[in-house]
Amino acid sequence: MSNANARVAYRNARLLDPASGLDQRGDLLTEGAKIADFGPSLFADGVPEGIEVVDLQGQCLAPGLVDMRVLIGEPGEEEKDTIKSASRAAVAGGITAVVLLPNTDPVTDEVASLEFIARRAREVRLVKVFAYAAATRGTDGNEITEMGLLSRAGAVAFTDGTKAIASAKAMRRALSYARTFDKLIVQHPEEPSLASGGMMNSGERATRLGLVGIPREAEIIMIERDLRLLELSGGRLHFAHVSTGESVDLIRRAKARGLKVTCDTAPHYFALTETDVGDYRTFAKVSPPLRGEMDRRAIVEGLADGTIDAIASDHTPQDQDQKRLPFAQAACGVIGLETLFPLTLELVHKGAMPLLKALACVTVKPAELLGLPLGRIAKGAPADLIAFDLDVPWKVDVAAFKSKSKNSPFEDRPVQGRPLRTVVDGRTVWQFEG
Amino acid sequence: MTGSPHSTTVFPHRHLLGIEGLTASEITTILDLADGYVEQNRQPSKKSSLLDGRTIVNLFFENSTRTRTSFELAGKRLGADVINMSSDGSSVKKGETLIDTAMTLNAMHLDALVVRHADSGAVKLLADKVNCSVINAGDGHHEHPTQGLLDALAIRRRLGSLDGLIVAICGDILHSRVARSNIHLLNAMGARVRCVAPPTLIPSQIDRLGVEIHHSMATGLKDADVVMMLRLQTERMSGQYVPSTREYFYFYGLDYEKLAVAKPHAVVMHPGPMNRGVEIDSEVADDLKRSMILDQVELGVAVRMAVLDLLTRDRRGTDV
Repeated sequence: MSNANARVAYRNARLLDPASGLDQRGDLLTEGAKIADFGPSLFADGVPEGIEVVDLQGQCLAPGLVDMRVLIGEPGEEEKDTIKSASRAAVAGGITAVVLLPNTDPVTDEVASLEFIARRAREVRLVKVFAYAAATRGTDGNEITEMGLLSRAGAVAFTDGTKAIASAKAMRRALSYARTFDKLIVQHPEEPSLASGGMMNSGERATRLGLVGIPREAEIIMIERDLRLLELSGGRLHFAHVSTGESVDLIRRAKARGLKVTCDTAPHYFALTETDVGDYRTFAKVSPPLRGEMDRRAIVEGLADGTIDAIASDHTPQDQDQKRLPFAQAACGVIGLETLFPLTLELVHKGAMPLLKALACVTVKPAELLGLPLGRIAKGAPADLIAFDLDVPWKVDVAAFKSKSKNSPFEDRPVQGRPLRTVVDGRTVWQFEG
Repeated sequence: MTGSPHSTTVFPHRHLLGIEGLTASEITTILDLADGYVEQNRQPSKKSSLLDGRTIVNLFFENSTRTRTSFELAGKRLGADVINMSSDGSSVKKGETLIDTAMTLNAMHLDALVVRHADSGAVKLLADKVNCSVINAGDGHHEHPTQGLLDALAIRRRLGSLDGLIVAICGDILHSRVARSNIHLLNAMGARVRCVAPPTLIPSQIDRLGVEIHHSMATGLKDADVVMMLRLQTERMSGQYVPSTREYFYFYGLDYEKLAVAKPHAVVMHPGPMNRGVEIDSEVADDLKRSMILDQVELGVAVRMAVLDLLTRDRRGTDV
C-alpha cells in the first residue's frame, strides 16, 4: 500500500474520464490525495526520481465508482455487513465512494447517527463513506426530519431508503422543505398498499408458482403521484431503482417538461428478469421485484438514452437466516458491491452503451446528483481511481466476496472486465491478486 | 416440479411436488395404478404388505384432517409405519428450523415424507434437503398434486376419459392450489379448462396457463361436462376480494339454476371442506347423481396409495 503523501505515476494507461469525454493513452500523476496532472505526454522526458511508478500496461484508468445506494447492517444487524466488511467489498468492486441508506437500527435520522457512521468510516479508512439521512423520523412516513441540521452534519440527501414515503402530504413537505438546502429527496417508488403481501412480479410466473404478485402499477402509480407533487412543491426528486418501462417513460416525459427529476436503476433490473426466480430462488427476491423481459429491455433503453441517470448496486446484504426460507418468508435484497462494475460493463460488451456513457452512470452522474465533487479525472480532483481490465472474462465467485452476506443471484455468471486496482485519495486500497 | 430423475422408467421422478411437468403418460400410469387400489380398498381386508417395514411421515405445518387422514390410511393400507407430525407454525417460523426439521427427519431414514405447508415452494425447499421421496400435500397457493390426480380419477371413472371434456373450475382460483394442479393436469390430458370467478379471484395472466376466463357462471358453465367448485375462504372475504358471502352466493354459488346450462350429465366436484350456502347449495352438494364429492374422498386414498407405491419402487428394488 502506498504512502498517502507520495506521488504516484500511473503510466501506459488508457485514460477514461466520462465527465470530459477523455479516452486516450497516457499517464496520470497523483500527489497526496489529489490528481496532480494527466495526459498523453506527461512523462515524455521520463518519470522524475522519487515518484512511485505503476505501469498499467495499457489497461484502463478511470474515476473510482460512486455507489449511491448501499445498505449495510451497522448499526443493528452487524452479522449482515459492517462498515468494515462493506468497505472491503466496495474497494474490491472498484468502488471508491458509497452512500449508505438510513435503514439501520437505529435509523439514521439524527446527527449522532451520521457522526457514528463518519467515525467508523475514519477508523476503517478504505472507501469514502457518505450517508443519507431519513426523510421522515424513524422512516415512519409521517414527520419530516431535521433536514437542515442533518445536512450540516453531512447528510448528502434524504430518503426513507427501502421504504416508500407513502403519505402524499409527507412527500410534499419533504420535497418542499428540502429545497431550502438544495437536497435531493430519494424515493423508493412502490405504492405500499398495492404491493403489500406481494412476493414477486405479478404475472404468469407468480401465478404458476402460487406466489402473491406485485403489479408493476405499484411503481408506476407512485411515480405518477410524486411527479405531480414535485410540480406542486418544487425541489429535486430522485427515484431509486426504477424497474418498469412505464416508469422510464414517465420520467423521460417529466424531464422533457423541465422537472427536476432523476432516477437510477440497479444491475439486477437490467441483467435479470422474473424468470430468474426459477423454482423459488430467494436470492432473486428483491424490492421492487424483478420484472419481465420487456421491462428489462426498457431499462436498458432508458440507460442508453440517458433517462436513467445512474446505476447503483442497491447492495442489500441478507444472511442465511433471512434467505434460507420459503420464498414468502424470505427477506428481499441482493448484495451488489462486487458485481456492480462487471454487470455495468455487460451493457458495454453487449453493445447497449458506449464505455464512457456506462462509466458515467457509476461515477460522475451519481456524484453530481448528490453534489459530491467526485467521479472525474481532473487536475486537483480527488485521486479516487480504478484501474481495470476491460475485457478479461471471469465467473462470478460469491464465496470469494468480501461482503459478510453472500446473497447474490449472479453466482457463476460469466462476466467480462474486472477491477485491478482501487485508489482512494491517492492510496492504493485494493489490488487484484489473481 | 417433480424432483430429480429416478431410475424407474415409466414414472421417472423421485418426488411428487406438483403436476406441472408431468406427462400425460405419467399421469395415466398413476391413475391406472390407483384404479387397482380402489378395488383393494373395497375389499373387507384392505391391507397389503407392499410397504412392510417402510416408514412414512406426514408432516403437516398447516391443519388438514381429511388430507392427512387420507395419506395416513394410504400408507397403512400398504403396510407402512405411518407417523403424523404437525406443527402450529410457531416453532417453524424460522427457515433454519424448517430445514433443520428436514435434516432431522432425514437422519431417521424415512422412505417417504408427506408435507403440507402454508407457503408456496416450502415443500420443494424440504425436498432439496432429504434423501427420501417427498410428496406435496399442498403448499401455499401453488400445487396440491394428489388432489388433482384424485379429481382426474373421479372424472375418468365417471365419464370414461378426460380428453375433450369441458371442465369449469369455479370460485377462489386466486388462492387455490387445487385449481393450479387441476389446470396443469386437465390440460395435459386434453381437457378444455375454464376458470369462472369474479375478477378479484382470478390470478394475473392465468390465461397463459391455457385456460379460458369467465366472470359469469352462465357462460362459464355452458355445456360443461364437469363443474369443479372451490372453497371460498370466508376469512378473506370481508371487504376484500368479494363484498359479502350473500352477494358471492347470488352470483357464483352453485345451485340447480346455474347448473342447468351445463351438459345434462355434468358432474359436480368440490375438494372440501364445503361452505354450504356460500359456494355451493346443499341440494346440489348432496345430489348423488350429480355430486362426486364423496367419490373424490374415496378415490383420494387409492391415488395416494398409487403415488406411495410408485415413489418407493426405486428403494424397494421394484421396476414399474
